Amino acid sequence: MYMHDLIEHLPRLRRYARALTGDRFAADDLVQDTLERALSRFSLFRRGSKLDAWLLTIMHNLFVNQLRAQAARPPNDPIDELFEEPAVRATQGDALAMHDLENSLAQLPPDQREVLLLVTLEELSYEDAARILGIPVGTVMSRLSRARERLRDLLSGAAPAAAHLKVVK
Amino acid sequence: MNLPRLPEQRPLEAELHALVDNRLAPRRAAEVAAWLAENPEEAARVHDWRAQKEALHGAFDKLLEQPVPDRLRQAAQRRAMPRLAAAVAWLSLGLLVGFFAHDLPDQTDKSALAASLPRQAAIAHALYSPEVRHPVEVEATQEAHLVQWLSKRLGHELAIPRLGAQGFELVGGRLLPDEAGPAAQFMYQNAQGLRLTLYVRVASASGGETAFRYASEGSVGVFYWLDGPFGYALSGEMPRARLLGVAEAVYRELNR
Repeated sequence: MYMHDLIEHLPRLRRYARALTGDRFAADDLVQDTLERALSRFSLFRRGSKLDAWLLTIMHNLFVNQLRAQAARPPNDPIDELFEEPAVRATQGDALAMHDLENSLAQLPPDQREVLLLVTLEELSYEDAARILGIPVGTVMSRLSRARERLRDLLSGAAPAAAHLKVVK
Repeated sequence: MNLPRLPEQRPLEAELHALVDNRLAPRRAAEVAAWLAENPEEAARVHDWRAQKEALHGAFDKLLEQPVPDRLRQAAQRRAMPRLAAAVAWLSLGLLVGFFAHDLPDQTDKSALAASLPRQAAIAHALYSPEVRHPVEVEATQEAHLVQWLSKRLGHELAIPRLGAQGFELVGGRLLPDEAGPAAQFMYQNAQGLRLTLYVRVASASGGETAFRYASEGSVGVFYWLDGPFGYALSGEMPRARLLGVAEAVYRELNR
C-alpha cells in the first residue's frame, strides 16, 4: 500500500462519510480516524483484497463505535451547513430538495442509512456491502428495502420541494 | 412485441431492488421491466427509488471534486510502508543475522554483513523517509554537531556529502541500531519533496573498497558499496539510473 493508493480513495471516503454523518466536520474527522487506523493496522490488510472495501470496513467500525459513544448525546443538526456550500447552479428549489434529502437521510436508522449509501451512492454489490457491514446478504436486502420505503415516505411527506425528486430524466 | 403475454408472476422484492441497482441479468431486467409496465403502483415505487439514487448523487458527488483538506492528505501520507511491519521485519532480520554471525566462523562475518547492508538501509529508509514531523533526530542546521556526534558513536570520522548539485539538500540525520553496531542515517530532500537516505555503518576495521552494487526492496532502490571503514547505502524511490548518478556524486564527495 503506497501513499498514492490511499490518496486516491480520499474523495470517495469523504463523500461517503459526509452522507453518513450529515456533518462536514464530523465527516472529515471520521475520514482522518479511518486513515490513521488503516495505517496502524496495515499488516492486517491482505494483498489482493480491495483497498476501498477494507477502508470502508474500518470506517463502518469506527462509525458504529461513535454511535455507541454518542448514544447519550443528541445528533448533530445538519441543516446549518447546507446553506454554507450551495451547489454552484443550485436554484432555490434544488437547495430545498437537497435540504429535504439530507434531513430525511438523517432520520433513517444508521444501519439502514449505511446499507442505502453503500449500495446507491458507492454502488457496491450487495455482497461487498454485506462483507463491509459484517452481515448476511439477506440482511442487506431487507435493510435496503426498509431504507428505500422509509425514505420514500419521508420525502413524499416532507415538503412540496420533494416533487423535484420525482422528476426522472 | 404484440404477441399475447401469459400473466407473469410478480418479481421478488429483491429483484425490484436489483433492477434499480443494475444487478439483474439483462434478460431478467427486461422481464421485470415488462411486468412493471403493467403494475403502475409497483412501478411508482421503483421509480422513486431511482429518483432517490439520483438525488443522493446530486447531493454528495460534489465532494468528489472538492480539494481534499491538507490534514487528511497528510494523514494519508504519514506512511508509505507500515511502521510496525517494518520494525518487525527489521528486528527479525537482526535476530537472524545475529544468529548466523554467532554461529559461523569469523571470515564469513564480513560478507554476511555486507549482504545485509542494503536491506537494513532500505528498511530504515522506508521507516523514516515518510515521517512528516520527525524525519531526523538532529537537523541540518546543527550539521557540525551531527557529524561530531555520529562520528563518535560509529568510532570513525564521518563526512556528510553535499548533494546540492543533484538538487538534494540535507534534512538531518539520526543514529540507528544495526547488527553491525551503531549506524548513521542522513536524509536529503529535493524541491519536489522526494527524499533520499544515506545509511552508513562500520563495515570492517581493516578497511576495503568495493564497486557499487544495486539491490531493491519493494519500491526502494539501493546502491551500496564499501569504502574505508564504512559500508554506505544510498536509498531512494527513483529510477535506477538517476539513483546511480546521485550515488556517484556521494562517492566523489566522500573522496574529495
